[in-house]
Amino acid sequence: MSELRLQVNGRERTVDVDPATPLAYVLRNQLGLTGVKVGCGLEQCGACAVLVDGESVHTCVAPAGQFAGRSIVTVEGLVENGEPGPVQRAFVEAGAAQCGYCTPGLVVAVTALLARVPDPDDTAIRTALSPHLCRCGSHAQVMAAVRALVSGTRSGRVGG
Amino acid sequence: MNDSTNPRTPSLAEHPGVDDWISIDADGRVTVHTGKVDIGQRISTALAIIAAEELDVALASVRVARPRTGTAPDEGFTSGSNSMQESGVAVRLAAATVRRHLVTRAAARLGVGAEQLEVTDGLVRVRDTNRSVSFGELTGGAPLGIAVDPDVITKSPDAHRLVGAVRPVGGLEGLATGATRFVHDLAEPGTLHARVVRPPHYHARLEALDESSLASLGDVQVVRDGSFVAVASPDEYRAVRAVERVAAAATWITAPGLDTTDVFRRLIEDPRESFPVVDGVPLREPVPEERPEPVGGATLRARYERPYQMHASLAPSAARAHFDGETMRVWTHSQGIYPLRASLADVLDLPRERVVVEHALGSGCYGHNGADDAALDAALVARALRGKTVLLKWSREDEHAWEPYSSAMVVDLRADLDDSGAVSYWSHETFSDTHRGRPRAGPNRAGAGRLLASRYLADAVMPPRAEPNLAHHAGIHRNADPLYAFANRRIVKHLVRDLPLRVSAMRTLGAYANVFAAESFMDELAEAAGVDPLAFRLRHLEDPRAREVLAAAAQRMGMPGPAPHGRGRGLAFAQYKNSKAYAAVAVEASVDDTARVRLHRAVIAADAGEVVDREGLRAQLEGGFVQGASWTLHEAVRHDSGGITSRDWESYPILRFDEVPEVETIIVDRPGAPFLGAGEATSGPAAAAIANAVFAATGLRLRRLPLDPDAIRRAAMS
Repeated sequence: MSELRLQVNGRERTVDVDPATPLAYVLRNQLGLTGVKVGCGLEQCGACAVLVDGESVHTCVAPAGQFAGRSIVTVEGLVENGEPGPVQRAFVEAGAAQCGYCTPGLVVAVTALLARVPDPDDTAIRTALSPHLCRCGSHAQVMAAVRALVSGTRSGRVGG
Repeated sequence: MNDSTNPRTPSLAEHPGVDDWISIDADGRVTVHTGKVDIGQRISTALAIIAAEELDVALASVRVARPRTGTAPDEGFTSGSNSMQESGVAVRLAAATVRRHLVTRAAARLGVGAEQLEVTDGLVRVRDTNRSVSFGELTGGAPLGIAVDPDVITKSPDAHRLVGAVRPVGGLEGLATGATRFVHDLAEPGTLHARVVRPPHYHARLEALDESSLASLGDVQVVRDGSFVAVASPDEYRAVRAVERVAAAATWITAPGLDTTDVFRRLIEDPRESFPVVDGVPLREPVPEERPEPVGGATLRARYERPYQMHASLAPSAARAHFDGETMRVWTHSQGIYPLRASLADVLDLPRERVVVEHALGSGCYGHNGADDAALDAALVARALRGKTVLLKWSREDEHAWEPYSSAMVVDLRADLDDSGAVSYWSHETFSDTHRGRPRAGPNRAGAGRLLASRYLADAVMPPRAEPNLAHHAGIHRNADPLYAFANRRIVKHLVRDLPLRVSAMRTLGAYANVFAAESFMDELAEAAGVDPLAFRLRHLEDPRAREVLAAAAQRMGMPGPAPHGRGRGLAFAQYKNSKAYAAVAVEASVDDTARVRLHRAVIAADAGEVVDREGLRAQLEGGFVQGASWTLHEAVRHDSGGITSRDWESYPILRFDEVPEVETIIVDRPGAPFLGAGEATSGPAAAAIANAVFAATGLRLRRLPLDPDAIRRAAMS
């Protein structure tokens, strides 16, 4: 056990944990951020994705110690003033979840994609989301959510 | 009065009182009670809409209680696309009864006739006045103590303001923000995190556990009962790592291993129990011989095969449990809280009333996955660590290697075409192991024996012998009898037992393979008859609702008509169980240079009766298609004598975002018509539509699933 300093959702957090513990477990169990889902523990399904310095990163394997000093944003950190953020709102409006276990990871991946490419085409969206598994088959609604965000960005309705 | 002679729904026969279904507190907040659990199919949304509609209250004032034994109505399992027809009908009738009762009370209280009253958002008001009384004031939070009137007049569809129209988003917000808590998220201070140490395969037994090597595990506790071994720690990751340590300290007796004979051969060669199926019902009668092949016309035969496939839930199964020495409390994502309670009580040797099972959210399960097994695992650890709350999670490998799979199946078809090219004889024989492995209580401790850990305990309970399901369109023979108006048909169900892998109910049960076979064969027959596949189907289909969805899907896809260069189009249809939703699927596909099937477009046309939650229905139809497409293109559970080798998402891939086509969905709404379950309607048609599209694109007829690159290459070379 040792003290580990992490910057999570804009706050400096200090946790007493074995730094070999994968980041997902620390976020969930030490910091209560259970929106970070663990689906495989093998970096194969994407449910555990969070933003690390703006990039979508799987967190179920990599030791938490590697993330010291980096900016971590979980799905909870994308809530703005108690209201769902733009990507989250787009998912809700498009009905882009059934069981919803893959949803936090997808929200994170879409956030990272739009920060990098504000106007992605379908191929770019599909490529960015392909590391994420959805077993319920909500793919079409997820695509619709992202397209709505992209067209909103084009028309200036949603900040990019 | 409601009794079994007037069963508008079996749910009401068991729970005839309005208080079983609906309660209204003094502030007018409505709680709907249901025994059906929400497994991502949004049944709770649909039930809330129905209750709000009939009561004339705001949708926001309705909540659906999380089912718990002792308080929820016992509605058995949430399965078979029955929830809307069972719970949906019960809630509608209960709500209409409550509204009528409260309006009568209001009339007495306000001193007017009931016909002078109107109800808005739970407020009963004398028309054109401001004299009113609210539902909350009328009930005062007390039970109503009246029976659901099964003949109560419900709203006419043209008066609906919510059903079919509203788009509730409340449930989705928590999922998108991460606020929704799944069973996996229910750790509290002091909770112990537990994991199971699995044997190498089903039949292995623990020979020895080297206790000396476990001394250094610190705060990790090891729980052992016979060959059942689990670990628990206040720190989740230490529990994860302890599994590896304990596994290394264990030696297992592994002989005999799993049988590796080709399962498709065993399905047709092994001893079996056979039944003729008439009008969807298997009979305990001799199976009729096939009729001799006619002299004129043509006779076609084909064999279709479907491997073992898995639910592959995105979240590994989990459960929370706590035992205080008296009562075992279990939080589970099981589809049947009452059957699970009975089976847990049996294994734990507790009276049923001292086992409380509460539903908690899991990821989509699509049938009987590891949920119930994880509940027993957690209960066993909680029993050993009395007074502690235990949150037990399966690993990804546990879920892939230990869930009960969907049975491998073989379907043999034969049809005779007469001189006009019409089907004059149809024979469908299905060979399969059971699709019933749920922990349903029964003779010889059947429920206990179907929970995975039972067989490993010192006081072991072994799985019971599978009994044939003789119900209408049940497991193996589900959709074996097609909706087409064939004059002469011979439908046969073969139950083949003792095949190597553990199996149970998975979305559609036998319907997926039966529809894949029959609807592929329909295209083969159309080809032989020289008729377009749409016209060939319509020629044999009398049901106007079936014809409508088939024609609608074909038209939207541009069938009949040429596909873009290099692509082919395929069509398929089924009415799930010949009694639930009608669904037609059309697919446009090609095969690329690497022998991979690419799906470019899909069209679904469906008729699910009266639409309640349009977006929820669309999600179910499209999700069923995507999952069916995934089974069809990728999925087969593999094993060798040492155990299951499909142990993660690389060894058992599923469809990814870059493989899912654009899906267009046409919903035929039937206001006032009965609800028809839709969650399983599109998966079977998806398989055949894809196979038919591959044939149209390449000329290759693939009859063994999955249609992966190996299968394409084999077919191309033969």
